[in-house]
Amino acid sequence: MLKKLVMGGIDWIDTRIPMTETWNKHLAQYPTPVNFNFWYFFGSLAMLVLVNQLLTGIWLTMHYNPSAAGAFASVEYIMRDVPYGWLLRYMHSTGASAFFVVVYLHMFRGLIYGSYQKPRELIWIFGMLIFLVLMAEAFMGYLLPWGQMSFWGAQVIISLFGAIPIIGDDLTLWIRGDYVISGATLNRFFALHVVALPLALVALVFLHIVALHEVGSNNPDGVEIKRKKGSATEEEKGKFTFHKQYSGKKDIVDAIPFHPYFTVKDIMGVSFFLICFCAVLFFIPEGGGYLLEAPNFEAANGLKTPDHIAPVWYYTPYYAILRAIPDKLIGVVFFGGSIAILFLLPWLDRCKVKSIRYRSWKHKLNITQFIICFIVLGVLGTLVATPLYTLIAQIASVGYFGFFIALFIYSKNEKTKPLPTRLTH
Amino acid sequence: MSNVPVNSGRRKFLTLTTGVVGAVGAAAVAVPFVKSWSPSEKAKAAGAPVSVNISKIQPGQLIRVEWRGKPVWVVSRTQKVIEELATLDSKLRDPESKEPQQPEYATNAGRSLKPDLFLAVGICTHLGCSPTYLPDSFNEQVEGVESGFFCPCHGSKFDMAGRVFQNVPAPLNLVIPPHYYVDETNILIGVDKGDA
Repeated sequence: MLKKLVMGGIDWIDTRIPMTETWNKHLAQYPTPVNFNFWYFFGSLAMLVLVNQLLTGIWLTMHYNPSAAGAFASVEYIMRDVPYGWLLRYMHSTGASAFFVVVYLHMFRGLIYGSYQKPRELIWIFGMLIFLVLMAEAFMGYLLPWGQMSFWGAQVIISLFGAIPIIGDDLTLWIRGDYVISGATLNRFFALHVVALPLALVALVFLHIVALHEVGSNNPDGVEIKRKKGSATEEEKGKFTFHKQYSGKKDIVDAIPFHPYFTVKDIMGVSFFLICFCAVLFFIPEGGGYLLEAPNFEAANGLKTPDHIAPVWYYTPYYAILRAIPDKLIGVVFFGGSIAILFLLPWLDRCKVKSIRYRSWKHKLNITQFIICFIVLGVLGTLVATPLYTLIAQIASVGYFGFFIALFIYSKNEKTKPLPTRLTH
Repeated sequence: MSNVPVNSGRRKFLTLTTGVVGAVGAAAVAVPFVKSWSPSEKAKAAGAPVSVNISKIQPGQLIRVEWRGKPVWVVSRTQKVIEELATLDSKLRDPESKEPQQPEYATNAGRSLKPDLFLAVGICTHLGCSPTYLPDSFNEQVEGVESGFFCPCHGSKFDMAGRVFQNVPAPLNLVIPPHYYVDETNILIGVDKGDA
């Protein structure tokens, strides 16, 4: 009786909106490569963190006062007087860093397995746009507590636009809406942080997944699971039913449905992630000054600059590149270029083999040096610049950009290993 | 449905003109959104150029004017002070004003439009304190130099052209704001000549 009622209800909805169809197409009958490994946790984790940021963000907005006069005091009010306000705020601030941790690892996965290569260029582009919006979102969010580092960090970053010839000064004035960082700047950053950029972020995540499901996931072998219709045996195709959108045009081999197999696997990943997340959240929410910086516990003061201005850890690699170049304009160009060049990755890599498993030693070496340079730059970006550190940062910057140049050169005629016909697992 | 044949030329023309008019409309609608980010009238009033009358300034005297919430100094330099400036190069960090801390027209020996009148933002380039003017007791800070500016917060020292001395925490010379002489006795601070 109850079952009949439920089925009737589902039928009623399905004749009006494609609910079951969408569920099957994107979850229960979505073909996923069997050989997904550790690196495939971070996409779903990024979505989890996004939900955390949206939810805690909405709740923080209920208590926060977006004005130069009230912002700093309202954050203290959230921390001390609002019931569980401290938890909501730490979930949001820890979530910001966690977002970058999972996104960097997610990007690293794409890098080593060639997930950006044809036909997945648009997935990579949407992903890079998400990364860009995420950086803007985090930067604007950092101004909102209106502490010393909020103020001076924004001052330094907005001043970067001043390096652009001719329009630079007018542009910085337009961004600030005042001659110095002021309430006008705070209020527009608040509007962008809580309304405009989250909307853009959610829309881009949607497009990222639509593009992914259109071509299907890559995997650690970089071998496609979709073959020409009629070319695979029944044994190769396995026992699962996939949605006709995928199985109608192609034969699908070595795949299992996303649900329940990967939803269950992702729950495992979520559990492990939450243990790490809560450890930071409850025991070191300030992250030793790297997640929440000490000068930010002092209200913004336009007449007093903190001794050492450093961005939050997730910007430091690019900040180190900026500082490594002694000329202001050229520094800003390379700073922007260090992000922009990532967009071109699908076209800079001309190799037909995707996964690092079957690529040449040159590629393995190149990726290794790139990651080392990235981490070295990240560490240097948090430190006070000295002549020695500047020199190291310059060498690491060459390594960073050199990765892309070298990749473009050797990938044309790269000596690769033979690809397997089936996925290895 | 009528059976009138499709005039594809007219259809293309109409599509194109509709598109163009629509684009112009969209651009027009964008104007208020873009312009609303510019400084408000209130911010502009607080950041407006300020005028200073120098007719009553005595030799060696410093007067303070507020511009955009910061103190701007106007100092009358005596002939002795001007001569002293030329002897300090070896003690200064940036004697030739290579760092862009001043407008083009103040990139000279005295960092000023006229040698006898010096104008600068009185905010230390280290941590933003306002240095003290020592017209005749600067000897205690830098031996053999009679007048200069000393920052009480962290001990930074500047000469009478706002140039920073070596071995002090401040990295840069004092900022010279844009300014020009409206006439012999009035200076407008905050704009370059011609931009007013």
